[in-house]
Amino acid sequence: MKVAKDLVAASATPMVLGILAEGESYGYAILRRINELSGGELDWTEGLLYPLLHRLERLAYVEASWQSVAGERKRKYYRITDRGLAELAEQRRQWDTVVGALKEIWHDRTPLTVRPLEGLA
Amino acid sequence: MTAHDEPEELEAQFAQWRRYVLRRRELQSVDADELEDHLRGSVDELVAAGLSPDEAFLVAVKRMGSLDELSREFAREHSERLWKQLVLTGDSGAPAAGARSRRDLWVMLGAAAGAVASVKVPALFGLTFDDDGSFYTRNFTLFVLPWLAAFLAWRRRARPAVIVALVALFVLGAVAANVYPLAGDSQSFVVTSVHLPIALWLVVGLAYVADDWRSSRRRMDFIRFTGEWFIYFVLMALGGGVLAAFLFNTFAAIGIVPEAFVSQWLLPCGAAAAVVVAGWLVEAKQSVVENIAPVLTRLFTPLFTAALLAFLVAVVWTSHGIDVEREALILFDLLLVVVLGLLLYSLSARDPLAPPGAFDKLQLALVVSALAIDVLVLVEITGRITDNYGGTPNRAAALGENVILLVNLAWSAWLLLSFLRRRTPFAALERWQTGYLPVYAAWAWIVVLVFPPLFSYA
Repeated sequence: MKVAKDLVAASATPMVLGILAEGESYGYAILRRINELSGGELDWTEGLLYPLLHRLERLAYVEASWQSVAGERKRKYYRITDRGLAELAEQRRQWDTVVGALKEIWHDRTPLTVRPLEGLA
Repeated sequence: MTAHDEPEELEAQFAQWRRYVLRRRELQSVDADELEDHLRGSVDELVAAGLSPDEAFLVAVKRMGSLDELSREFAREHSERLWKQLVLTGDSGAPAAGARSRRDLWVMLGAAAGAVASVKVPALFGLTFDDDGSFYTRNFTLFVLPWLAAFLAWRRRARPAVIVALVALFVLGAVAANVYPLAGDSQSFVVTSVHLPIALWLVVGLAYVADDWRSSRRRMDFIRFTGEWFIYFVLMALGGGVLAAFLFNTFAAIGIVPEAFVSQWLLPCGAAAAVVVAGWLVEAKQSVVENIAPVLTRLFTPLFTAALLAFLVAVVWTSHGIDVEREALILFDLLLVVVLGLLLYSLSARDPLAPPGAFDKLQLALVVSALAIDVLVLVEITGRITDNYGGTPNRAAALGENVILLVNLAWSAWLLLSFLRRRTPFAALERWQTGYLPVYAAWAWIVVLVFPPLFSYA
């Protein structure tokens, strides 16, 4: 299964903000965390993550700082701000609404056993 | 490969990858840092999983996906990077460069203040613009250009010998402008006022190429500098005009007419400062604005070629001789200067290795038609040489310039033709033009220093 691009894009901001709400982190670790949380189903690219982090920084939802790790190597750490937490809360309410509505629709129904695409083959 | 080589080799691979990343305008050095850290994280993990560093690097780069896609995504967030931005004190990401350009800014401000002060100091001794306009006409460039030259020499860390030469030349210019008894309405006065700025500008050129004055590339850079400086200066003059108009009219509206302030302070001081500021802008901001002079050249070369050809056709058609009465020769000198400018500024922006193209042919047509017109003019003049054509400083200077430009353009046309026939490399044309710069300087100095006594200060 591959999650559709639009869905990945729509859920990217709350996901990153959510991860940063757990504590400060950096690009590679965030990507690993997303991979882990989705059981490897959400495959983010660097081209999605870093511009998104920069956008969140520009909107002051996160703040960044360079820290040196292991000698010469520099790493950019991101930390969520109060504005970011407020935004996360807002996005979370919206997502709760969407998820709640979907759950209502799918209430009691057993998951689809026939994969729709296989029916066409 | 021994185990000892591996980290070094991996570092070399990272360095190479970094260079690829930095070639993208959308990705800046801080992004490269961040992405490199990412790549290293990925490599470390793959090595821990049992891959060799080489393999791990390849897999990690592959995972990151194509740089095209990456920079496209970055461009969406950082679209401003595609517009070159004016950063007054350099890239904040590079502290060393930032400190250097801040120093540049201060030195430039100092030089501009010096230029402004030089323009106004003579007023302390009673030499105002109203009282003695001719004093300022002769000396204005002498007040201003040394400061620009000083700024450039400072930037180039000019050797003492070069600095001595610069000072000596400016002193020589001051002597030429002020020692000869030139009446404000004499021809010699006009000729000196026109040629001294040219001579002094080429002294500024010496400061510009101070670090390597023999290099043809450096001299070409000075030609580029001249074009961009001129454009910045014109733009600033336009802005200054708007400022002066607003100042004048708003104050006039409340009954104060700031005429003396505008004409005695704002315009001369603004112009003096603008000369230095324009030089600094070109120096510090080489890549902020696309070089404009070559763009204008591209636009106007076809138009000028068409105009000159039309003129030639008209001359032949009407068989009307060109009227070289009075000072018409100066008009044709200016025409040659424009053609030379069009040639120079398309040379300056051309990739020397590109094969000859249609635009080169167009340029040849432009140069040849300008030469044809000029030869017609010279033929007219030789026909009347009996009426003592070279008898006045104006005419002698105009004739000399005509010959200098004619020689330059004739040889340029020949080099262009050989280049089109793939006989000589393009660089020959560039070397010819840059090697010719001292000729202009020598002629300008001759006119300034030798002509006035030669024509007994007429």
